[in-house]
Amino acid sequence: MPITPTHYMLLSAALFIIGVIGVMVRRNIIIIFMSIELILNAVNINLVAFSSQQHNVIGQVFAVFVIAVAAAEAAVGLGIILAFYRNKESVNIDEMNLMRW
Amino acid sequence: MAEAITFYTIAACILGFAALVVTTKDTVHSVLFLVLDFLFVAALYVMLGAQFLAAIQILVYAGGIVVLYLFVVMLVNLKRAPEAHQDPHRLSKLGFGLACAVLIELGVIIVSGYMKAPPAALAAPAVLPVSGNTEQVGWLLYTSYLIPFEIASMLLLVAMIGAIVLAKREL
Repeated sequence: MPITPTHYMLLSAALFIIGVIGVMVRRNIIIIFMSIELILNAVNINLVAFSSQQHNVIGQVFAVFVIAVAAAEAAVGLGIILAFYRNKESVNIDEMNLMRW
Repeated sequence: MAEAITFYTIAACILGFAALVVTTKDTVHSVLFLVLDFLFVAALYVMLGAQFLAAIQILVYAGGIVVLYLFVVMLVNLKRAPEAHQDPHRLSKLGFGLACAVLIELGVIIVSGYMKAPPAALAAPAVLPVSGNTEQVGWLLYTSYLIPFEIASMLLLVAMIGAIVLAKREL
């Protein structure tokens, strides 16, 4: 059975949902950020799979942009984690309720 | 056949390591599984003929972002377990169930959509004046996508300044 884009879409959907489960279930904010990286990787797999199927490199260009945005997000997010840890000595998101209500 | 074996091996590794990233108790182990996951995603890109993106994936993700995560995990030395305090209003099980439902739904949509309408004939590939994956990506980045490219560089600059300001002890 040849490998079609459907296979890549299913793989990408599964990776995406693993990331979503990580965001929803875990309470350690560092793990939550890593789950967001998994979600972005799932998106990239989809883009590259279609780029390969259509024989068109535009999908790969967009994947480069996604990686750039992921790097920016990681830098700012980890800065926020450090600032929060300095204030509260914790990385548990259930304790991050300062601006909640 | 060889392609199928490679794909299923890489896919199993990607999903397995992703599941380990999400479930492992120790955060440092989680970061290390994340590196392995990124490396297997890079292998998938090579399989799809996107060598440039595979190199970027290894350099930026496995090399840069993961080191950043490791630094933060080491800086934030946790005296008490991060998962100790639990908000009673948090519906983790409901979230898990809903995520699984979305996965099943997505799978059904993808498979049934593919069965009903097999992929249309391929569009004529864009003719670029260069050959080779890296050259093609670079050509598009510096011609059609020049402005998004510059905006991405501005975004990275802003993110860098923002990260410095946020992580600074006193402003």
